[in-house]
Amino acid sequence: MGKVGIIGVGQSAFVRQYPGSIRELAFEGFKNAMKDARMTVKDVDASVVCSAPEYDKQRSPAGVFAEYLGLNPQPTFYVESLCSSSSMGLRLAYSLVRSGLHDVVAVIGFQKMSEISSSESQERMGRGADIQWESPFGTMMPAYYAMYARAHMDAYGTTPEDLALIRVKSATYGQLNDLAVYRKPVTFEMFSDPDHRMAAPVASPLRVGDCCANADGSSCIIVANEEKAKAFCPKPVWILGLGAASTSVNLAGRDLFTGLTVAQEAARQAYAMAGIGPGDIDVAEVHDCFTIAELMAYENLGFAKPGQGKELIRSKETYKEGTIPVNVDGGLLSKGHPIGATGGSQIRTIVLQLRGEAGAIQVKDPEIGLVHNIGGVGLYGNVTILGR
Amino acid sequence: MSKTNKIDDRFKKFGTVSFTAITKTNDFIDYLEQGKVAGTRCRDCGTSFFPPRADCYRCLDSHMEWFEVTGTGKLVTYSKLEYGPVGFEKDLPYRIALVDYGDYKVFGRIADAVPDEAVKIGMDMKTTVNRLPNKQLNYVFQPA
Ligand SMILES: [Zn+2]
Repeated sequence: MGKVGIIGVGQSAFVRQYPGSIRELAFEGFKNAMKDARMTVKDVDASVVCSAPEYDKQRSPAGVFAEYLGLNPQPTFYVESLCSSSSMGLRLAYSLVRSGLHDVVAVIGFQKMSEISSSESQERMGRGADIQWESPFGTMMPAYYAMYARAHMDAYGTTPEDLALIRVKSATYGQLNDLAVYRKPVTFEMFSDPDHRMAAPVASPLRVGDCCANADGSSCIIVANEEKAKAFCPKPVWILGLGAASTSVNLAGRDLFTGLTVAQEAARQAYAMAGIGPGDIDVAEVHDCFTIAELMAYENLGFAKPGQGKELIRSKETYKEGTIPVNVDGGLLSKGHPIGATGGSQIRTIVLQLRGEAGAIQVKDPEIGLVHNIGGVGLYGNVTILGR
Repeated sequence: MSKTNKIDDRFKKFGTVSFTAITKTNDFIDYLEQGKVAGTRCRDCGTSFFPPRADCYRCLDSHMEWFEVTGTGKLVTYSKLEYGPVGFEKDLPYRIALVDYGDYKVFGRIADAVPDEAVKIGMDMKTTVNRLPNKQLNYVFQPA
């Protein structure tokens, strides 16, 4: 069996309120990926649609999109793993192609979060946790990640200032990303000014500046077998490694609070499949829904030893010029986090990096890139390794 | 079948807002009413479960007995929320926390009366039943 390649990537702008319906939103990412792949809809054998369905009024969007995007009568699949849905969708596309069942598969991620209020949206995200035993206490996503931040600070001496450094890095690159929802500069000083919005507490020790924004957006990744990839694409990017893991939804069922076991396990699988280690990664996209999530990702992916993540950001090694550039497209913190579209956007960035087409954020001559995409509060973990 | 069969929806009493009404672990609410926080233990393999569950995945059977969460555990981590989900606005601010009892862990809230300065990771805490202003029931952690 041959390799599986990515031959087209696209995303919509990530925006506060998309002025259109979900099928129109999905079209934006799809159109861009198809043009990138120089394909027509006849060339696509199946579609995989990825989102968190609780934001939508439309039941079973996959069928609606397949018609709107001109992908009838091909089969379509719906994949959901909260915020890592489109990485899980890529995993499904890989297996559909590798099995020989389909030659070319489009992975379409989307989320239109703006139809409900921010607090309702937070409540829905809280219900991505254990609704029977945790949600009745009033849990929310920032508070769960804040519990990890508190434990990490207590165990390793990580500080709120370290977390601020991550947001500052994110904003450095977010300003260069025309598709990001947050493009304003963020300075370290904003976090030490108690009157500044960035420093306002959300769930201690996390502040407004530690949290990514909701956004509407779509993404699309076109996956193909080796033969089709070489036929259509002058610079295919190959899927070298895939990892996926799950754990207890309830924090009471977990043992580690200074990192995410799903990220460790997914990374282990992906490195093993690719036959490489953390030192071989030239550029990475990690799931920074909160600043602490990026810091834990450094450690869970093996870029730093447990507790040493703070040294990487203090020494700027995760900046574009550093030893392991991370989230140089602005990450979720700057781009915004349209749940089902996020993983596809991360994959798009790494594909553009490996093709040398990343423009102002291009890392010097990367050969291997990594995507770390987490669903819920470390409930699902996906790690994908891509190479030229 | 009688039309007067009542649905056992005791679990809707759990927490400020309950998102579950019907579960085989509904007796948890009766224990709360008696001032007890209870988990379940598998009578076949002895595994303790908190939060309680009706079924044992090890034995693939459902021979459970209730046990009371007693004694003290250690505070693993916590966070103080300044914003809450819909329905929790009146509770703000509040602190959610995880306490490790060794055989199992308990997720809940730290009692409002405990000052922030008194909360330290690793401290000994006990779990007690709490009646909320809206007559709902939950449990909270207090320094032991
Ligand atoms: Zn058992």
